[in-house]
Amino acid sequence: MIIGIPKESLKGENRVAGSPSSISALIKLGFSVQVQKGAGTQASFTDEQFTNNNAEIVTKQKCWQSDIIFKVNAPTLDEVALMNDGATLISFIAPAQSPELLEALRAKSITTLAMEMVPRMTRSQSIDALSSMANIAGYRAVIEASHHFGRFFTGQITAAGKMPPAKIMIIGAGVAGLAAIGTAGSLGAIVRAFDTRPEVKEQIESMGAEFLEMDYEEPEDTGSGDGYAKEMSKAFIDAEMALFAEQAKDVDIIITTAMIPGKPAPKLITEKMVESMKAGSVIVDLAAAGGGNCECTVAGEVTDAHGVTVIGYTDLVSRLPNQASQLYSNNLVNLAKLLSKRKEGSKVEESNSKESNSKESKAEENNGIFTIDFDDIVIRNMTVVKENEITFPPPPIQVSAAPAPAQKAKVETIVVEEEPETLLKQHGIKVAGIALFGWVASVAPADFLTHFTVFVLACVIGYYVVWNVSHSLHTPLMSVTNAISGIIVVGALLQIGSDNTIVQIFAALATLVATINIVGGFKVTSRMLKMFSK
Amino acid sequence: MSTGFISAAYIVAALLFIFSLAGLSKQETAKKGNTLGMIGMAIALLTTILDPRVSNVLVIIIAMVIGSGIGLRLANKVEMTQMPELVAILHSFVGLAAVLVGFNSYFDAGHSLDTIDVLDAAMKIHLAEIFIGIFIGAITFTGSIVAFGKLRGTISSSALMLPNRHKMNLAAGVLSFLMLLTFVNNGGSDTALFLMTIIALVFGWHLVASIGGADMPVVVSMLNSYSGWAAAAAGFMLSNDLLIITGALVGSSGAILSYIMCKAMNRSFISVIAGGFGTDVVIDNDKDYGEHTEVQANAVAELLRNAKSVVIAPGYGMAVAQAQYPVYELTQKLMNKGIKVRFAIHPVAGRLPGHMNVLLAEAKVPYDIVLGMDEINDDFPETDVVLVIGANDTVNPAAAEDPTSPIAGMPVLEVWNAKEVVVFKRSMNTGYAGVQNPLFFKDNTQMLFGDAKDTTEQISKAL
Repeated sequence: MIIGIPKESLKGENRVAGSPSSISALIKLGFSVQVQKGAGTQASFTDEQFTNNNAEIVTKQKCWQSDIIFKVNAPTLDEVALMNDGATLISFIAPAQSPELLEALRAKSITTLAMEMVPRMTRSQSIDALSSMANIAGYRAVIEASHHFGRFFTGQITAAGKMPPAKIMIIGAGVAGLAAIGTAGSLGAIVRAFDTRPEVKEQIESMGAEFLEMDYEEPEDTGSGDGYAKEMSKAFIDAEMALFAEQAKDVDIIITTAMIPGKPAPKLITEKMVESMKAGSVIVDLAAAGGGNCECTVAGEVTDAHGVTVIGYTDLVSRLPNQASQLYSNNLVNLAKLLSKRKEGSKVEESNSKESNSKESKAEENNGIFTIDFDDIVIRNMTVVKENEITFPPPPIQVSAAPAPAQKAKVETIVVEEEPETLLKQHGIKVAGIALFGWVASVAPADFLTHFTVFVLACVIGYYVVWNVSHSLHTPLMSVTNAISGIIVVGALLQIGSDNTIVQIFAALATLVATINIVGGFKVTSRMLKMFSK
Repeated sequence: MSTGFISAAYIVAALLFIFSLAGLSKQETAKKGNTLGMIGMAIALLTTILDPRVSNVLVIIIAMVIGSGIGLRLANKVEMTQMPELVAILHSFVGLAAVLVGFNSYFDAGHSLDTIDVLDAAMKIHLAEIFIGIFIGAITFTGSIVAFGKLRGTISSSALMLPNRHKMNLAAGVLSFLMLLTFVNNGGSDTALFLMTIIALVFGWHLVASIGGADMPVVVSMLNSYSGWAAAAAGFMLSNDLLIITGALVGSSGAILSYIMCKAMNRSFISVIAGGFGTDVVIDNDKDYGEHTEVQANAVAELLRNAKSVVIAPGYGMAVAQAQYPVYELTQKLMNKGIKVRFAIHPVAGRLPGHMNVLLAEAKVPYDIVLGMDEINDDFPETDVVLVIGANDTVNPAAAEDPTSPIAGMPVLEVWNAKEVVVFKRSMNTGYAGVQNPLFFKDNTQMLFGDAKDTTEQISKAL
């Protein structure tokens, strides 16, 4: 099948959906590739580089006639008109916002995969263009900020005076936020970051930033189960806003990355907060395209609000066109690998997971033909138009994401699996125990019964007391129980007064060894415990 | 001293023991727990000595002073790497004491038998208690000695595979049960008792001898449990509630520990006890796993310098090489460079439950960077470098990937998901399970051969 890579028509778009290396990878998969003349110019890829990698340079018209179209931005309706009926389109689509486009694609039976619909799963990470693009946006946001910020990021003490380091607050620790943290940190700034999902605290700290905490806790879980943050309650937002207002007075640069999929971006930085910032401060609003996180943001422009520079660029990614194109086209290659795998029953799933292990077998499995396999949830989720049917929105899937719900799920499954067995066991033991106890009770003297009761109760206590022992304390626990089991010395002591010499000797010996146990056990435990320190 | 007072003191002691065990479930309260245990023991001992029924206090004191001396010496001298051995040998003492107390009890009872010719239910039960107490005690005694020998290396750690071993075990059990019936019905019989003792001693020896070295954590905690049941049995024969309570506490706690260990190895408790590990599986050593890549300490240092997140997965090899101090030194150096370092501990790493934690604690590694398998397994994909120091079976991907492997299904540390893995090892020999480890042949794995202590020190130096 022929893959066509047209030139992007959107104004200000410098990226292209193919790179020289991605083209040779696609050809290796069995496809032929044609690139529109001059498609890569803005991204510093020459037509020559493409032809060197065996792509064909064609006219716009011919390019759009390809079987498969790889694109960055959604095509215009005019461009759709150029396409063949029954072709395949892979690009960013924004399916929720563009019903007309979907309808146009459906009318021409163009099977369409939307790159923003990649589910957040480990397996699909290599296809996830939102992440690869967000990484670039986060980096570029800091670069743009430093460009408009009239100061150093790092603190310096020079002969001519002392300069404090810049303080940066980053709101939203998704891929873009984390990339921004890393970039700002490496330039020497003091970085603070905030996210509504408390579980990302560790990620923020791992990037060397301080996690801003607020004194309010959302009763429920803040992840939405699909790896993205969800909308928060009123009380939460109030607490959040108070935190931002306080930080705004202190920090020099604010970078906001808060987006909720399919909804306008939440307004987090009010005009009042902007006013409270020091003159010369900078705000970079990565959510500008979705309406902006800051009230002063103008999408696509740099504005001055109360002496604060507010950057609302929506094309941050396109400002690093070369590598953005490379990463995006690699995402497409990985998707092409997934799509062109020959299907054999349920083997698709399996071969995906083994992808890395079976390089040789892959060549055989890929045949240069796309199959839209709805059993694969990655593909199902991405496909917004299949032949002459709109398949958006896809059925909801819960993928990985926040660790807390994942753990819960694990626990639940374990419970489900084990219950029948343990129940059976418990009942078996219970019945046997009752029978035995009944028999013993009927023949034994009352005295024995009392002891037995004590014994059983002690077993139960032991069970509950020990069950929660943390793993690291198993050894000390064992040496302490060891020492305690030296209590058998009491038995020996009671016998030592016997008239029988043998009994006396035995008892003395038993006392001796049991004492070794008691003293040794306790001593070694305390030695061990002394070593445990935080 | 009145019996009422003695009973009260015993109750207090028993309560203190319970609190002691409860305290040991958390780091914060562990020291307090140990102290409570000591106080409980002191109360129990003092009360017993002051009991009017107890005479010969001089002998007691002499025996206890000697015992304390030996105990203190053992406890002070022991290296943390030798903890498993110490615990094992201490178990054997409890077993021995239980046997001795049992015999005494029988001899004393024998006296009364001559005078009072009654074979009522109470007597029968008492005899059964004695019999069972000695039986458990004897198994604990020899079993612990074998475990001690295996851990020390004086006895081969591989599983002893006698033909028909399961039948032999069964025969020993049946025979002992028949003896029990004879013993009880005849109102005591020296022959039956001695014969049973010998059988139990052999049985205990064989039981542990046929269990492989890799299962030692289970064996040690199982023997811990036995020593508790032995104490409880002694409590029954002496009608002493303190002994019963304490024995039951220790017994059930040991049983739970064994259960936790078994679960960590995905093995049924019965099969471990019956010595089934790694026996019926043919190990295919001829299988071609490909080539392993070797690396030098300097290159590892370079790798670490460029890493952001490092996880160290220690195993028994670290204990053997006494490498815990250099490992922590390395950890500190890395942390000073701003690299995130954590430890990943497999539940059965080492030869004793929690063995690795004790060693790392000895080297002053803060316990909050020491994580368990479940806590860290999900983090490996985000980890740049994993240092596997002397671990083998606990990081074997065959457990997860190869259903025919003898260790299939055992949860392992999924270190191979990290970007780079460096395995510290003395040679390409297999681990305790005798299974080849495909990890060593993975593309992202490099082998660093040599003594773990030396190589770790070299890396530290290179940093």
